[in-house]
Amino acid sequence: MVGGLFIIITSQNYLKKVVGLAIFQTAVFVFFVSLAKVLDGTAPILTKIANAYSNPLPHVLILTAIVVGVATSALGLALVLQIYRNYETIEEKEIQSLELKSDK
Amino acid sequence: MFNLFLDDAAALVVVLPLLISAIIAFMPSKIWPWIISLVTLVLHLVLSLNLLKEISISGLIIYEFGNWEPPWGISFKIDGVNIGLQLLFSIFALISTFYSRKIFLSEIDSRDSGKAYSLWLLAIGSLNGIILTNDIFNLFVFLEISALASISLIALGAGQNRKALLAAFNYLIIGAIGATFYVIGVGFAYAMTGTLNMNDLVIQLAQYSNGQLAIFAGMSFMLIGLMVKAAIFPVHIWLPPAYSYAPSAVSTLLAALATKTILYFFVRLLYEVFIIYPSYLSLFLDFVLYPLSLLAIFIGTLIAIYQDDIKKLLAFSSIAQIGYITLALSLKDHSGITSGFIHIFNHALIKGGLFMTVGYFAILQKDRVTLSSLKGFGYKYPITSFALLICGLSLIGLPLTNGFISKLYLFQALYTNQMYFSIALVAVSSALAVAYFWKIVEQMWFSEIKFKSEKEDAYIYLPILIITVSIIVFGIYSSPIIEFSNLSADYLISGYQN
Repeated sequence: MVGGLFIIITSQNYLKKVVGLAIFQTAVFVFFVSLAKVLDGTAPILTKIANAYSNPLPHVLILTAIVVGVATSALGLALVLQIYRNYETIEEKEIQSLELKSDK
Repeated sequence: MFNLFLDDAAALVVVLPLLISAIIAFMPSKIWPWIISLVTLVLHLVLSLNLLKEISISGLIIYEFGNWEPPWGISFKIDGVNIGLQLLFSIFALISTFYSRKIFLSEIDSRDSGKAYSLWLLAIGSLNGIILTNDIFNLFVFLEISALASISLIALGAGQNRKALLAAFNYLIIGAIGATFYVIGVGFAYAMTGTLNMNDLVIQLAQYSNGQLAIFAGMSFMLIGLMVKAAIFPVHIWLPPAYSYAPSAVSTLLAALATKTILYFFVRLLYEVFIIYPSYLSLFLDFVLYPLSLLAIFIGTLIAIYQDDIKKLLAFSSIAQIGYITLALSLKDHSGITSGFIHIFNHALIKGGLFMTVGYFAILQKDRVTLSSLKGFGYKYPITSFALLICGLSLIGLPLTNGFISKLYLFQALYTNQMYFSIALVAVSSALAVAYFWKIVEQMWFSEIKFKSEKEDAYIYLPILIITVSIIVFGIYSSPIIEFSNLSADYLISGYQN
């Protein structure tokens, strides 16, 4: 989680930022799934031998969150592509210096 | 048939725009997407009015999706707190859609009009979901749909200025971090209580009456996540570039409605759920939200004075205005919450109107609106300029405009809480608002060159005039807004005292 956040903050490359965001989100998903574990629990399928089931709800929630995450990454990558087409670079510093030049 | 339609009004106000959005996405026509969106939003308004009628009879609607009972299923809740906001949302969405057509035609490729309106309805539907949902995870989903839709809409501004792409990208990254923080908070809350429903959450949290570290951690994560989304002061940096480089119609919609709906949910979470830990709540309100709002008011206004680009100026003044709202909401009493809600309503009208006029100027001169470019506009385009003047005076808070009502109630609330320092600060920053607004007026009316008046487009100035007239009407006859805000505060405070 912290690793992903670190990448987002420190990296100068927009593509790396998107990847960092994906790592950050995946870490949260794993955290959620780990909440579902019940001691001695099995997969939540109704059988006679099992006496405890893992909680299926966090998995379902995370399924939704994964879809949201995929959409976020896809949109992020699409924006990076457009930025590259417009500026011919995806390095934050280079873009900032380009913008400073165009402002003058 | 029509009754069947009205029975599910609570769900349909969200589902209808989302469904239509999918249908119009690939329409090649230039005009049909607009007409269909307009019809959809008229239906949306009918549904909202119907909800108002039902609320005035029963006082509470809980809509269970698929008839799953609340702790298990997802539910929507409509009560006195959000009905006023729902109406405002519906009306403003309709007006800004009417306004948006000519603006979109001149700012984006007309072949993209179907896609633009698809995103537009997606944003409207999901923001409406934020108003109605009663489930904290469901909120996250709506939050992300609305964020992704608005990011795409902002990026459409790239045809005008490529900086729109950078603004959209920054919003994406910062917004996604905020949303993920919120999800971590939801995870903590779920781990402790095993529920996601807001009403059930209150009951479950009550068993940990002393409070546990995990719950406080979760609450803090959720609040910080929402603060990012609502652009409350130190985490507002995504907002000014995003609003100023988006297509003008999009800035109108987002500035008026997006942050407001999230602020509303923020309040509801604070006063409906977290209220069971009064010590935590007052810690958060007194030592986090209150100082941050004061900073937001002061710094937002100061930065706005030094802006040359009008849309940026308006965006920074939005930061200050959000500061006024959160200042009012941090007061923990009835008068504070009432004045907060009053300002949510009034600011949506004012900022919507201002962005509309500036958007129109931008397409008239086919360039970004800066201070110097406004020279003589007061004579050139008298109707729109007059609207800008009224909206601006209302932003400052002059009598006979609805901005005055907001300020009046805010001062009253601060006075009853004996916060004289904040009163002074609010007064000073109102005076500073005069400074940045006067610069605009000076350029528009008091320049040497005289221009002949030119013809203005009725399709555009009609919605602007509606907003302007409503600003004056609600400034003189303000009881509807005050009543709705009182109702919201009544509902929230009754939870506070129990």
